Amino acid sequence: MGMASGQIKIGIRTIWDIPKEEYFGPGQLTCAGCGPSLAVRHILKAAGPDVIVVNATGCIEVTSTQYPYTAWGVPYIHVAFENAAAVASGIEAAIKALNRKGIANAKAKVIALAGDGGTYDIGMQALSGMLERGHGVLYVLYDNEAYMNTGIQRSGGTPRFAWTTTSPVGSRIRGKVQSKKDIMSIVIAHHIPYAATASIAYPIDLMNKVRKALDALNEGPAFLHVFAPCPPGWRIDDSKTVEIARLAVETGVFPLFEWDHGKFRLNPPSNMHVDKSKRKPLINYLKPQGRFAHLKEEEIKAMEAEVDGYWDYLTRLLKAFG
Amino acid sequence: MSELKSWTQIPIGGYITEPQNSVKNKTGSWRTQRPVIDQDACTRCRICWLYCPEPAILELNKPYVTKSGRKYNLTFEINYDYCKGCGICANECPVKAIKMVPEVVQQ
Repeated sequence: MGMASGQIKIGIRTIWDIPKEEYFGPGQLTCAGCGPSLAVRHILKAAGPDVIVVNATGCIEVTSTQYPYTAWGVPYIHVAFENAAAVASGIEAAIKALNRKGIANAKAKVIALAGDGGTYDIGMQALSGMLERGHGVLYVLYDNEAYMNTGIQRSGGTPRFAWTTTSPVGSRIRGKVQSKKDIMSIVIAHHIPYAATASIAYPIDLMNKVRKALDALNEGPAFLHVFAPCPPGWRIDDSKTVEIARLAVETGVFPLFEWDHGKFRLNPPSNMHVDKSKRKPLINYLKPQGRFAHLKEEEIKAMEAEVDGYWDYLTRLLKAFG
Repeated sequence: MSELKSWTQIPIGGYITEPQNSVKNKTGSWRTQRPVIDQDACTRCRICWLYCPEPAILELNKPYVTKSGRKYNLTFEINYDYCKGCGICANECPVKAIKMVPEVVQQ
């Protein structure tokens, strides 16, 4: 199985290979400069029209489905916050059963889409169940690092020291106390065929990963962790969404990598960042963001140590599974 | 907003049967500043189109000859019906051919 999916396919190589078709928006109610909105646009361009999207409650759900309007150009269902993976499992199983009984001949792929709240916290149990049962579903996590549409509450995906309305900044508490949950390691521990991180600042990499993940679905589940900044929640200018996402990769805060059939691989430009001197200084990423405006020098050092620690972990993964 | 339908006119379950009918929702009214593309400076690299979250940048098969005599088969134009004025296009443009201009309230 591993060899078959390792075949070289012609993917998206340049910006001109990106399909012109739009399957999301315009007219959706996402804020100006929304990172997740851009992520969904890119994902659907790569996936094409033959998909069914299952959406958890979250920013994208409330902004794209304001009754009587929908921003979706593909079949779409929303049920609840916690069960996007469970609903997606059911749809995948139903398609299989209908095909087997000769009632349908459907080739539609199922994409579950949830934010960091719907994945790290509320949807974790459904996600783990889906991965364990081995449903051929692509689960996409768009990570804007807090519950944004309800008013910026911290989630398991919020990084340490980040200001949110439920991790306020004072003299004793300095933003979020805990560190960001390592969701990729949790997902990889389910031994699924394909899992990857991607960023809206690197759309060609993101779209190729979507296609790779969809190709792997006949073997089992696939998972994509997409980094998508939120201007109101991160206290950045609307025009800086993509710039901040790029800086997150360049400073090593959000490394691009993939777990492909038991092999671990760092993707450009993160493949150069094992060497710390090739990463941009962390301050470049922190300074433009209001949610980190309170950080003192020793707190920036502590954050840097955390980033270095994660890179140390990735380097060991690379040695073991590269 | 279109006229509200009665419950007998709504499909069972309240399904929306028309894909992408959000195009009826003109979000361009949110804008406080508008991007303006300098067509002579634009190199048709497609980057603004790629990074627009709406999408509100149109890729048109419209030929254009620049003042310096350069011919292009493509033209990128802003769709002001939907552009929310975030300015990502102006920020990402590698040749700074997009300027953000304040919207003026018409009296």
